[in-house]
Amino acid sequence: MAQVTLENVRKVYPNGFEAVAPTRLEIKDGEFAVLVGPSGCGKSTLLRMIAGLEDITEGALRIGDRVVNNVDPADRDIAMVFQNYALYPHMTVRRNIGYGLKNRKTPADVIEEKVQQAAKMLNLTDYLDRKPSQLSGGQRQRVAMGRAVVRDPSLFLFDEPLSNLDAKLRQQMRIEIKALQRRLGVTSIYVTHDQVEAMTMADRIIVMNAGRIEQVGTPAEIYHAPATTFVASFMGAPPMNLLDARLESGQLMINGNTALMAAPGEGEITLGIRPEDVVLHPEGDIGFQVEIVEELGAHRLLHGKLADQPFTIYLGKDVSAQTGEARISLRPEALRMFDKSTGKAL
Amino acid sequence: MTDITHIPARPIKWSTVLDHAILITGALFMLIPMLMVLQTVTTTDVQTIRNGPEFVIGDQFGANFYKAMFEASGFSGENSGTSMLINSMILGLGFALGKIVIGMMAAYALVYFRLRFATFAFWLIFTTLLLPLEVRILPSYEVAQKLGLLNTYTGLIVPLIASATATFFFRQYFRSIPEELVEAARIDGAGPIKFFIDILMPLSQTMIAAMFIIMFVYGWNQYLWPTMITTEEGMYTLVRGIKQITQDFEGNNIPEYGRANMLALIAILPPVAVVIFFQSWFVKGLTESDK
Repeated sequence: MAQVTLENVRKVYPNGFEAVAPTRLEIKDGEFAVLVGPSGCGKSTLLRMIAGLEDITEGALRIGDRVVNNVDPADRDIAMVFQNYALYPHMTVRRNIGYGLKNRKTPADVIEEKVQQAAKMLNLTDYLDRKPSQLSGGQRQRVAMGRAVVRDPSLFLFDEPLSNLDAKLRQQMRIEIKALQRRLGVTSIYVTHDQVEAMTMADRIIVMNAGRIEQVGTPAEIYHAPATTFVASFMGAPPMNLLDARLESGQLMINGNTALMAAPGEGEITLGIRPEDVVLHPEGDIGFQVEIVEELGAHRLLHGKLADQPFTIYLGKDVSAQTGEARISLRPEALRMFDKSTGKAL
Repeated sequence: MTDITHIPARPIKWSTVLDHAILITGALFMLIPMLMVLQTVTTTDVQTIRNGPEFVIGDQFGANFYKAMFEASGFSGENSGTSMLINSMILGLGFALGKIVIGMMAAYALVYFRLRFATFAFWLIFTTLLLPLEVRILPSYEVAQKLGLLNTYTGLIVPLIASATATFFFRQYFRSIPEELVEAARIDGAGPIKFFIDILMPLSQTMIAAMFIIMFVYGWNQYLWPTMITTEEGMYTLVRGIKQITQDFEGNNIPEYGRANMLALIAILPPVAVVIFFQSWFVKGLTESDK
């Protein structure tokens, strides 16, 4: 078990591209941390630096109490699950899982016992003598997990492990991975671009954008109190609505001159509100032009324009909806204000 | 209603006939020498020289086989068919295995290690394709001779062993192996040598098989180099020895057609066997796309 500490860790590629800006981060012992962000945001690079597969340009990386900048991946006491599983195609499941132990000169009977244990935990006992090519995607993913679990490392690293699976299986594996991590209590860092995965699996989410950490927080914090407009628009499906608004003489105004609530300050801001915090009712003080009704069974999404800006609202299945003019009101306690130029929360 | 039982004769397509004529001619062109060899092998030398090729299958197959394999020819009496077959086998195997080992290791270094001049080194190796043995045969001979490698297996094999072809193919193949596999192995604690032996070699089986086919046949058929480097008859290879037999048509000697053709037949068989044996592997490897 170990905590992971990044002290101003930075990555610059030889061509001068800064993939990860100096980053300070601490991941607690036993925590399930999820790095999330759009592709190219540096999340995988950060993970690979922790794994030791990429050099660290500057800064110190600690796993436990040890600075591991120059420690070989094999000696960092970590295990990694890859996006494409990276199973050895010529080895049986048994040998795939046991290979790491074999390289560490573990006696054959101990390997066999640990492999059996891991296989049992992952429901792979019947497949031990098969080759990876004879397994389904989900089973391959479990073998990759087994390879990580069997070594009993102090840190698990996951690099988008579910992105090659179909939606249903992904949901199932999500729960399995989370449950496994809970049971083993091993510190884990999980990289994904899927914000649903991040929300459902994480103890703490680290949202990254363009090589920088935008926000670190629990899923609830990230969702309800995004630190920047980027986080607001990246997390949540559909994302938070962002509107141009104005602070004027102690009032928050949108749509030209509709006052929403009392707020200090002056000037242009960006106003954020989650689609589910918008209420549709005939006496609403704001006009909303509904263009598309998206039927999702359990609920509906109404997409349209509010003061010529795109806007989405979330409706329960009991409320009827049609396209055209509608009246809405916004829950004042759910309003979030952001600086217009920096995008930071006010 | 027309009479449906009457099927009009299919018109002859002359283009198809022409196609087949060309194919049949080509097939005969390839087959006739082979059939002549097979025929000559069953008759005595006297009959062959008197009648030429015939449509008769004689009863001398066993006798010719015995003569070819176990009776010595030449002056020293050391180059029986058996000894030549063994020499050829050593040359073919040593040549193929040596080239595969050297090619794989060179490609491994080029692909997986951050060498400063890796690309330059690769192109340097690649350009040696333009310099076949025939171009460098005199200097090569001189070096081999100075090292005292004449009439040795080392001299027969080693000067030919560096292979741009094998290096090239293995390099291309290694580059197609996913990067994640290398990384997974690193995390699993496999060092460079373990990775090479445990992962890369088993994954390259099909490539190794393909290279083995090409290189074994290439080595087996070497003629010029063995001719230069071997002067003792005990070191002769089959391909070199056959020529020695057919050429002494002088005085009252009748060329030993039976023996020479029998040796030719024997010389064909191992490469054919290698191709047939490894081909099934090769195809299997190609259809299993999973890496």
